[in-house]
Amino acid sequence: MNVPGDLKYAKTHEWTRISGNKAKVGITDFAQHEITDIVHVELPEIGKQVRREQPVAVIESVKSAFDIYTPLSGKIVEVNDIVLSTPEIVNKSPYEEGYLFTVEFENEKEVENLLSADDYKKLV
Amino acid sequence: MEKLLNELSSDCKAAYDLESDIEIKAQIPENLKRNLSLDLPSIAESDLLRHFTSLSRKNYAVSTTFYPLGSCTMKYNPLVNERIAKFDNFNKLHPCQDEETIQGVLEVMYKLEKDLCEISGMDCFSLQQAAGAQGEFAGLLIIAKYFKSIKQKRTKIIVPDSAHGTNPASAAFAGFDIVSLKSESDGSISPAKLKEVLTPEIAAIMLTVPNTLGTFERNIPEISKIIHENGSLLYYDGANLNAVMGVVRPGDMGFDVMHINLHKTFSTPHGGGGPGAGPVGVKAFLEPFLPFPRVESKGPKFVLNYEKPESIGKLKSFFGNFPVMLKAYAYIKSLGAKGLKNVSEQAVLNANYMLARFKDKINIPAGNRCMHEFVLSPKALFKNGVRTLDVAKRLLDCGYYAPTVYFPLIVEESIMIEPTETESKETLDAFVDTLVKIIREETSLEPQKLKDAPVNTPVGRLNEVEAARKPILKWE
Amino acid sequence: MDYTSQSQRDRKEMFKAIGISGINELFSVIPEDLRAKELNIAGGKTEQELLNYFSDIALKNKILTSFRGAGIYDHFIPSLVCEVVGRSEFWSAYTPYQAEASQGTLQAIFEYQSLICALTGLATSNASLYDGATATAEAALLALRVSRKSKILISSALHPEYIQVVKTYLENFKAELVFLDVSDGAVKKEILEANLDADTAAVIIQSPNYFGVIEDMQTLSVVTKRKDSLFVAVVNPLSLGVFKAPGEYDADIAVGEGQVLGSSMCAGGATFGFMTVKKALEWKMPGRIVGQTVDKRGNRGFVLTLQSREQHIRREKATSNICTNASLNALAGCVFLAGWGSYGFKKLAEINISKARYAFSKIKSLEGFKPKFGEDKVFFNEFVIETIKDVKKINKVLLENNILGPLDLSETEKTFKNCLLFCVTEQRSKFEIDRLVEILSKI
Repeated sequence: MNVPGDLKYAKTHEWTRISGNKAKVGITDFAQHEITDIVHVELPEIGKQVRREQPVAVIESVKSAFDIYTPLSGKIVEVNDIVLSTPEIVNKSPYEEGYLFTVEFENEKEVENLLSADDYKKLV
Repeated sequence: MEKLLNELSSDCKAAYDLESDIEIKAQIPENLKRNLSLDLPSIAESDLLRHFTSLSRKNYAVSTTFYPLGSCTMKYNPLVNERIAKFDNFNKLHPCQDEETIQGVLEVMYKLEKDLCEISGMDCFSLQQAAGAQGEFAGLLIIAKYFKSIKQKRTKIIVPDSAHGTNPASAAFAGFDIVSLKSESDGSISPAKLKEVLTPEIAAIMLTVPNTLGTFERNIPEISKIIHENGSLLYYDGANLNAVMGVVRPGDMGFDVMHINLHKTFSTPHGGGGPGAGPVGVKAFLEPFLPFPRVESKGPKFVLNYEKPESIGKLKSFFGNFPVMLKAYAYIKSLGAKGLKNVSEQAVLNANYMLARFKDKINIPAGNRCMHEFVLSPKALFKNGVRTLDVAKRLLDCGYYAPTVYFPLIVEESIMIEPTETESKETLDAFVDTLVKIIREETSLEPQKLKDAPVNTPVGRLNEVEAARKPILKWE
Repeated sequence: MDYTSQSQRDRKEMFKAIGISGINELFSVIPEDLRAKELNIAGGKTEQELLNYFSDIALKNKILTSFRGAGIYDHFIPSLVCEVVGRSEFWSAYTPYQAEASQGTLQAIFEYQSLICALTGLATSNASLYDGATATAEAALLALRVSRKSKILISSALHPEYIQVVKTYLENFKAELVFLDVSDGAVKKEILEANLDADTAAVIIQSPNYFGVIEDMQTLSVVTKRKDSLFVAVVNPLSLGVFKAPGEYDADIAVGEGQVLGSSMCAGGATFGFMTVKKALEWKMPGRIVGQTVDKRGNRGFVLTLQSREQHIRREKATSNICTNASLNALAGCVFLAGWGSYGFKKLAEINISKARYAFSKIKSLEGFKPKFGEDKVFFNEFVIETIKDVKKINKVLLENNILGPLDLSETEKTFKNCLLFCVTEQRSKFEIDRLVEILSKI
């Protein structure tokens, strides 16, 4: 199972890649494996204000649907449209092409509260 | 491979034709006229008949095979009921005919309601709802309206995690928030845990009795007391009523609202997914809220009463699915009180017989006895990566429809079996032998056979992932 | 009769296998004080007795020559439709959850979806809903969900039962329903413009409407789109043989009652409701959907798909609570649509128009009868006539002649006093129409 060391993680299996005041968000390799074949993704609207741990996206397999929570509060500034037409990309490349959205976060403190790669490994 | 209708189509053919004894003259103004080509197939009647006959043969049905589908009560659908429902004097009636010309329809509805009251211990029923889920929806709207009428703000419904998916969906549809209650390993409700989630905002709890693991909720008197002391109501999901007719009555046990699936307990066929009917029963204090119209008797006549100012309104146009009501009523008339009780006893006997035969061979999480259905948990016996899905598909190869799998959600790799009362001992024996062989022998010796299954069906295992990723939802 | 299959000997052997001496032991978990008394239900009839009993009840109903529509119509049903829906492999099957053992039902639904899409001109159909009224309510809910707006404009000429069902379904949603005036028989563009605003989630227009009038859907749809609202068309599928398809006027959702496609009237149900939507809305649609796929060997096959929208997976977050729908009636619709061919289907619609026109011109020329709406109004197979005669008496006299007369609109629409809603389908012969006119002329 792949858990890149340079990312921050949430207990609910989302990862974030911080760059300035923006964070890219996706689901972990562990999560995509558990969900199995992803067939559909719903993404938040651009511009939407979100609170930490609020469900903002949905990932669906044939027989189940999972809420995806934003790890950070702020504004959705960009979404990855590619996963809408090719949802399997989330299975194939959860940390790169299969990311979900970018959030412009407000509170640096929330970043500190996220898990490190080692902590996340212990969790799963 | 079966052709599609558009592939069968060729020029200038049709199965039906019609002539008019009045000159056909239809001048349509340009702005209202259809310009899009119709693109309906052109197929001769004999070819069309063969097409659909061929399709019908690709179905497993109650009339062709044992259908031990847990929670669905796939019992034999008596042919005489189908015959009665085809009578012209039922079929060729317009719903807006004067009451005096549809007295037979109203009589059937009136008497069916009375019989359902007697069977369930409720005070009155609305027959209008088209299916179990719509029955739940109506029942929950009634609950909402009742609390509104007594000016109480109750916004939440408790739903056990073992419940059918329609329960939380219907509650949400009716505008409630859901409080999920964790059930015990045998599917029962712990009164202590119930108390923990109980607040003044709780409008009702929805219970399925027997529950989806096939066990009777022994704590009902206590649950009823706790719920009613909280000012909340008790809802009975009648999906499993087949286990308890003439044995217990929801109304006597303290339930305030319930629905019944006529297409389960009362033998009306499922039609490949409907139409059904989901009558809603209530205690007298909730009667004003039932959907209108209500059928009432006035001397020797039956009349329709639309004057129900507190009613939740209408759930469906006209009276609901009348033929379904008619078939259910015919079923009740063929059984009578004794027959109905015998149905439940035999359904429970058949299930327990199967369970006894499975016992010691496959794990049964909810114990040694059950009501009309039971859940197997074969996970510990699985080898070589075999899963319940593979077992289900292998059963299709053996000529059986598969039981319900992966439900209830609280048992991993579950297999839920409901034999119903209409199956013979020989059928039950043969099925048990087959399933035990698959799970205990084939998973070890021939795992590939399971993973490759089904091979005896019109198509092999279908790719559901691609179907959802790249949806093709009509002819291309 | 109780349809069980065990002999006394079987039962004894089963008791032995379970380790009980009698059936009561199986119910021992149920406390004695909860047990039911013996039920008071008459029955125990043999098949023969049952047939006689229901023949007697059936005779208390009267089959009439119908000039009444208002949502349920007397149409011709080909024998092939009866044969196919009469096959027990179809009617005694369950919802096709085990796809490989349900290819018959699944392919039939796929064909049904294709035919309904062809008819309405929209991209995606579901596998059916309960009826036209609930399909309309589901369309309203779909629009609220997608748009996140809260107002719905509804034509007052939407079938009154549909309006009631929509109200019931939306009771506990924060939605405002605004009804558009139709006093001259159809929704005027100006009325729609006056009521439409940025908070309008959807505009619901029925055509032909409750009064039989064909609405100018093209114009109303164009107006609706100005505020990014969804245009919901409630249509009679038979009328689409000649009138504009929802896809042609850019409707977002088309719904309707499928009874006219091969289901008998049956006192109003069972029938089926249909829903088709634009591609962008397909993941938001309620109800089952069948999709094409391949099996392990690459053969074409069909499965239930986009299932994560549904209650058995999404539970309280599902797009609808619907589970059982009206599959068998949708099958009837499929077989009905498959057999006419494009030419025949169009002709069927034209016969309806022609016969209704014939009756209309005869009735309106009678003394004391006149059209309620302007002559510019186009209708399909229903029309409204205003009379100075006693409406109750008209229907009483017609009933004495075994005719189900027109619907007295004053019963449901207070503003339509002395108005009669006539319906003439292809089932009515010239002789029957002439006879109706003759009786009317003598009242």
